[in-house]
Amino acid sequence: MNENKSLKGKTAVVTGGSRGIGEAISLRLASLGANIAIIYAGNEEAANKVCSKCIEEYKVEAKTYKLDVSDFNAVKETVALIKKDFGTVHILVNNAGITKDNLIAMMKEEDFDAVMDTNLKGAFNMIRHLSGLFIRNREGCIINISSVSALLGNAGQCNYSASKAGLIALTKSVARELSSKGVRCNAIAPGFIVTAMTEDQADNPLLEHIPLKRMGSVEDVADAVEYLVFASYVTGDVLKVDGGIAM
Amino acid sequence: MYFDSIAKIISERTGNDISTIKPESRIIDLGIDSLDTVELLMNLEDEIGMEIDLDEKVDTIDDLDKFIQKKVANQG
Repeated sequence: MNENKSLKGKTAVVTGGSRGIGEAISLRLASLGANIAIIYAGNEEAANKVCSKCIEEYKVEAKTYKLDVSDFNAVKETVALIKKDFGTVHILVNNAGITKDNLIAMMKEEDFDAVMDTNLKGAFNMIRHLSGLFIRNREGCIINISSVSALLGNAGQCNYSASKAGLIALTKSVARELSSKGVRCNAIAPGFIVTAMTEDQADNPLLEHIPLKRMGSVEDVADAVEYLVFASYVTGDVLKVDGGIAM
Repeated sequence: MYFDSIAKIISERTGNDISTIKPESRIIDLGIDSLDTVELLMNLEDEIGMEIDLDEKVDTIDDLDKFIQKKVANQG
């Protein structure tokens, strides 16, 4: 492995780290040598599987934490636990996200709130409670997983796309606030990525408009995470991983 | 009651002579911005023996001192 491309001794926290894009990100960071704190909402079996793979295949330290990222105080407690278990944290990937799709004329208030709470407030909560560590370390890399739906809009996803657009603004403000402390914050805007979450997007008319003529893979997003982790002169950016759909 | 510790950290950090740091000194005038204050507080944690979240604005060294005292009192 290239010496410069090692995360050995670093600790990464990945929310929604047990499945889909988050799983690929957890495993990629582990493959680069980082210790991984995998945060999951409900699927313990999937989280344990990713955790075992990190430990056995990549020989890094890894632990799972069951956490509802929308709960401010629960995030605070889990961050304290992670700090105790790993000593400190260098990388945070806010990937946890849910969808509750519906047309706006029919969307329930609780479905709007739930999506905002997990996708946007969840990222705020994580950054809020980890920023002190990053400031103290004068080092930190925050990556928020947004979506091209934040840039293009997506019929049936007013809640989801608004939460993901909020993440972009959050990213830029945090990047400005923490840059003087050596802390970078960037967003990734994936397009249509093949995961369980996007199964119901299979007939989305936007798919025909992807210039690269295919849906993306979770590895495509992990590639972007790897790039941003090492891109020491990049902050406040939104990196699209979308086959060109939002250009 | 944390004045001496705060003054010491700020003096080490900024190079200001410790005798020039007074309770009424405004933190910003000492060359410490609000993010530095968060960092300063984290560096004081070992001494204080607890984690303190800076969740309100403090203007002077005395404000910061009182803020820490309040937090410690609430915790105990």
